[in-house]
Amino acid sequence: MTFSLILEQVLNGLQSGIMLFLMAAGLTLIFGVMGLINLAHGSLYMVGAFCAAAVAGLTGSFVLGLAAALAGAALAGALIELVVIRRLYARDHLDQVLATFALILIFSEGTRWVFGSFPLYLDVPDALSGPVALPLGIQYPAYRLAIIVVGLVVAAGLFWLIGRTRLGIRIRAGENDREMIAALGVDIGRLYTIVFALGAALAGLAGALVGAIQSVQVGMGEPVLILAFVVIVIGGIGSIKGAFIGALLVGLTDTLGRIFLPELFKLVMEPSAATQAGSALAQIAIYVLMAAVLVWRPTGLFGARA
Amino acid sequence: MTFRTLALGTAVAALATAATAEVKVGMITTLSGGGASLGIDTRDGFMLAIDAAGRDDVTVIVEDDQRKPDVAVQLADKMIQSDKVDVLTGIVWSNLAMAVVPSATAQGLFYLSTNAAPAQLAGRGCNANYFSVSYQNDNLHEGAGAYATQAGFKNTFIMAPNYPAGQDSLTGFKRFYEGDLAGEVYTQLGQTDYAAEIAQIRASGADSVFFFLPGGMGISFLKQYADSGVDLPLVGPAFSFDQAILQAVGDAALGVKNSSTWSKDLDNAANAAFVAAFEEKYDRLPSIYAAQGFDTANLLLSAIDKADVNDDAAFQAALKEADFDSVRGSFSFAANNHPIQNVYVREVIKEGDIFTNKIVATAMENRDNAYVGDCKM
Repeated sequence: MTFSLILEQVLNGLQSGIMLFLMAAGLTLIFGVMGLINLAHGSLYMVGAFCAAAVAGLTGSFVLGLAAALAGAALAGALIELVVIRRLYARDHLDQVLATFALILIFSEGTRWVFGSFPLYLDVPDALSGPVALPLGIQYPAYRLAIIVVGLVVAAGLFWLIGRTRLGIRIRAGENDREMIAALGVDIGRLYTIVFALGAALAGLAGALVGAIQSVQVGMGEPVLILAFVVIVIGGIGSIKGAFIGALLVGLTDTLGRIFLPELFKLVMEPSAATQAGSALAQIAIYVLMAAVLVWRPTGLFGARA
Repeated sequence: MTFRTLALGTAVAALATAATAEVKVGMITTLSGGGASLGIDTRDGFMLAIDAAGRDDVTVIVEDDQRKPDVAVQLADKMIQSDKVDVLTGIVWSNLAMAVVPSATAQGLFYLSTNAAPAQLAGRGCNANYFSVSYQNDNLHEGAGAYATQAGFKNTFIMAPNYPAGQDSLTGFKRFYEGDLAGEVYTQLGQTDYAAEIAQIRASGADSVFFFLPGGMGISFLKQYADSGVDLPLVGPAFSFDQAILQAVGDAALGVKNSSTWSKDLDNAANAAFVAAFEEKYDRLPSIYAAQGFDTANLLLSAIDKADVNDDAAFQAALKEADFDSVRGSFSFAANNHPIQNVYVREVIKEGDIFTNKIVATAMENRDNAYVGDCKM
């Protein structure tokens, strides 16, 4: 195992972490500001990927596809906030889980109804296809590098939005005391719709970016949703900074665990059994990480609430 | 329809029912969720043969198992107890088959497998009422291993998800592969990102890659592999290369070799007629699942002509004769009721705008399976 291979795996871990951050940011904002558990967040990721695949397929332009993913997911998010989610804020978490789980089923079967059961085609744009040579002899796909850059830019934009703008001040105020900012004349209903649409757009962007290197199919969002929940629990619910650090931790743990645990087992076992045992352990590595963080800090790394 | 034709139709149907005993078939397959395209092809292939036969002594009830073992078991119970079916068929996934088949055959029903054929049901768990019309699960992996040996690969990197069918896959490949292994990796079931594994492949010094990643996993891997700049030959079983998947992978799959017991260009009259009829009726190319569904229905119809489904011994014998024109050409049953058939090597090509496969070699001739000796019927 050479140094450059390890470095390449770290890049892979970063890339998957940054995509997770786009998912987790919306989830943690929605939970932090509105106190809502949104299981349908994975469906918005799927909506983004399908919008991108459909529009890129029609126009041949990946950029238009991305724009469609952002718009489509934000629209779907705003729509379900107005029609369904709005009625759930005052209810307890179990009702929210039930209703948003129903939304998953509706979105999945609705997507199948519109696009059919077969996976859609979405490929990386020609300008970013193929690998680029990095220092130390690393060959790394250009598209994955682009994903890392886009993810970092969006993360920076999000920190700016939350920390430096009027909307961000309202969002943070809403997180702390929603009655008080309502009393100060902020239209809380509209604020909620905006936050929800923003979270949905981020999920849709992640779906479209990842859809180009994965399979655009019904049900693609749910595995990512589970990881995103792990991320926000590790990072501390409601914290964007926590979501960022948590996502990188989960991405790196998952990727490096998958590669190095089987290698570790090979020192003491025969190869076939070692890869099986190592892979099985790698599957639970992020949950072990989550448990360890919760023992150390019960509210997560940057969680404020008890 | 006027009243007279309706009455006439009813009278004819009544006559037909009087002439032969009616056979009720229960099809449990996956019609929703991530694996739906496989079940839809299975059903469409099966119904194509049933409809073409134009018989009214065969009824088929189709239900969706949602790829969940518990749902499949409930459907089987309902079909056996309230619908009183004689034959069950259609299950795509091995874990669902293991949940349904042993109890169905123990209750005296016939089960004809259109796809799933786990080792447990081929060896010690074999049953005179259970026939696999598709293959034995290991066959395609064995074919890929045999092909890797024929192609002169000396140092293959092998990879499959970490679950029973994935472990069987690598075992099956190694059974007929004679070179060395550059690496052996188990991925996670449902994994969508293979960057880490591709980096390992690049660093391993392999001369070729064997992978078993069915469904969406295969789409993800093929796209990422093509984009990584790694340029080693790929070999896999047909599961990652059916019609639905190839269109979603696009150019990234071109030239990849895959092992299959069926291909749309397989040269025999039954296959040519099947492919044409399927395209005509459903307006898409058939997949291996459709071909297996079609063969299963034709096998069933051939047995119904020879024997009464209520006479177990006679119906078993009629099925075992395999007296139908298989779209796979030469087809017969081994002692454990699993097929003896060729395993071919296909290459992914582009025909006009459609990605599809063509046969380039025969990996194994008249292959039965590794479990015949374990089956005591």
